[in-house]
Amino acid sequence: MSGGLVCAAIDDLGRHPAGCGCGRSPETLDEAVAAAVFRAAIPQAARRRDLLRAVGATAVLAAMAETFPLGAATALAQDAGKIEKPNLKIGFIPITCASPIIMAQPMGFYAKHGLNVDVVKTAGWAIVRDKAMNKEYDASHMLSPMPIAISLGIGSNQQDWQLPAIENINGQAIVMANKHKERRDPKTWKGMRFGIPFDFSMHNYLLRYYLAEAGIDPDTDVSLRVMPPPDMVANLRADNIDGFLGPDPVNQRAVYDGIGFIHLLSKEIWDGHPCCAFAVSKSFIAENPNTFMALSRAIIDATGYANKAENRKEIADAIAPANYLNQPPIVVQQALTGTYADGLGNVVKAPDRAGFDPFPWQSFAVWIMTQMQRWGQLKRDVDYQQVAEQIYLATDAAKFMREQGQTPPGTSTKTFVVMGKTFDPAKPAEYLASFPIKRAI
Amino acid sequence: MTARLRAPLLSLALLAVFLLAWQIAVSGTGPTGPAMDPEYAKLMGITATTGKSAMPGPIDVAQSMIEILRDPFYIRGQNDKGLGIQLLYSIGRVAVGYGLAVLVAIPTGFLIGMSPLMHRALDPFIQILKPVSPLAWMPLALYTIKDSNVSSVFVIFICALWPMLINTAFGVASVRQEWRNVAHTLEVGPVRCAFTIILPAAAPTILTGMRISIGIAWLVIVAAEMLVGGTGIGYFVWNEWNNLSITHVIVSIIVIGLVGMALDQILARCQRLVTFPE
Repeated sequence: MSGGLVCAAIDDLGRHPAGCGCGRSPETLDEAVAAAVFRAAIPQAARRRDLLRAVGATAVLAAMAETFPLGAATALAQDAGKIEKPNLKIGFIPITCASPIIMAQPMGFYAKHGLNVDVVKTAGWAIVRDKAMNKEYDASHMLSPMPIAISLGIGSNQQDWQLPAIENINGQAIVMANKHKERRDPKTWKGMRFGIPFDFSMHNYLLRYYLAEAGIDPDTDVSLRVMPPPDMVANLRADNIDGFLGPDPVNQRAVYDGIGFIHLLSKEIWDGHPCCAFAVSKSFIAENPNTFMALSRAIIDATGYANKAENRKEIADAIAPANYLNQPPIVVQQALTGTYADGLGNVVKAPDRAGFDPFPWQSFAVWIMTQMQRWGQLKRDVDYQQVAEQIYLATDAAKFMREQGQTPPGTSTKTFVVMGKTFDPAKPAEYLASFPIKRAI
Repeated sequence: MTARLRAPLLSLALLAVFLLAWQIAVSGTGPTGPAMDPEYAKLMGITATTGKSAMPGPIDVAQSMIEILRDPFYIRGQNDKGLGIQLLYSIGRVAVGYGLAVLVAIPTGFLIGMSPLMHRALDPFIQILKPVSPLAWMPLALYTIKDSNVSSVFVIFICALWPMLINTAFGVASVRQEWRNVAHTLEVGPVRCAFTIILPAAAPTILTGMRISIGIAWLVIVAAEMLVGGTGIGYFVWNEWNNLSITHVIVSIIVIGLVGMALDQILARCQRLVTFPE
């Protein structure tokens, strides 16, 4: 809370020293209230500064709390931010990527933040996109490339969508049919057929990346088929596909049913890659700013909870029933805890098989756009950084994370490594040019 | 044995043979391979550990049928409602879509049947639109109507329309010329002629079209609901498919068949009411 007071004084000084750690304005509501009361109590900026220098913010705060009911003032300010639309509909696809969005209902995260949410199971990504764009859903679970595709108007009409939080990182896998147990080298995969959940999915980009690194052109040497996740297991059983890069619990379900084996986890392609996200339209945010804030808080709160390994079994049991994933709990548990049967006779322990991290790194968006261009989805030049900033709401997410007691990173861009190659978000064009297998823009 | 009983008995015998063959086909256990590590086996499904067939037998299906039908109206959240409730959603959608189709198809069909010119002019459109699959309409409906519920009703409407329209036009056009001539001679007005002579004469053909359409409407709703999700018997099938629960999918197939038969029988009754001996 003292941050707010220091901030109030700094505002007076008109500069913003390093190490303040509070951004340009007071971060939380109670900080803002404290700062406002402080300004009201001592109107002259110079005297406020002198006082803070002399005794320190903490002492001033303690003195103020004795004479002024700060708690009540904070509550009052909160009342002002009334939730415009408490009853909400949020769409989801029944996969573990959506764990925070789904579990927030049975485990009470929405209720805790003053919302009454119905989470609605949806049949596939194209339907999610259409229902979300038609405002049948107030917000939705989406694949992290989807808000970018929709906002750029590729693959659908143009509509401005934003991504206040990533849901999961890692947690996907390449599953191959049992008959390919001896063909583990992707260089030998020419002519195979693979399932992917959607064109604008990390699954599509990661599988293409992985194949291309092995010298396989994903457009000419193999065929990629878009299919809803449950169809992946059935098609693998029917020998209509040789493998798929799919979401959990579908990967684990193929192993559980004795149809396929886990060739590799997606973290082996890019450790820490984003997968699914929470998306809201720009118009919803404009019309319902307080609802949006409460919703983001609830989602970020739930995502933080989901990231703790000790909570995973509880979450698996909460989301496995018919109302949500409709899967055997043991399958969901394996996907979430990372102790799993790999389909080759081994019990593997990989606690980082799936992770949950809400922070929407803008570098993720830039990487996604390079892959959209690489595979001919995005056939024009874009201002990567500008698009990323508009869609991936890193500043808001950092604020909400701090409010929920989480530690957001200090910046919104970072470099990362995909299959041994470093991606520098400042040089997307060079990155794109460096791939031997790509479509001409 | 009387001739009346022979057919039902044969039906029962066929059913028994089918069920027996089914049970035998799924009861075998496949090769299990080398023994599994118990820790590993704990994480695997029964198909993988025991080699049991992934296809349920008739006994499994009967058991789950009883289980589902024992409590058809439960609600355990937005995405988990009993089979009875799902059926009501589907029947409701079919009723609305089909009702609208009746309201449009019969008057339009009447008009086309009365006017050979209109018939020839509209025929190409009807012939092109008639064979379009409901699933092909769905994206267009979702895109333009922007509401999945209304879209599924629209798809039923557009698919149920054509058989009724064509049959009504055909029935009206093929009313015997002598009857019309008699009406003409007796100076019956055109409106009265339509209602007292042409409508009763064409009614059996119109009802045949309505009967074909209700069958189509019921086919369409399952496909449409599988696509848009949320509620209805089609969603129920999709949700169980999601869980790869073939037992529940088979139960749904049986229930869908029974409801379809009931709808067809209702219209068959109506058809018998309007049929007349020549």
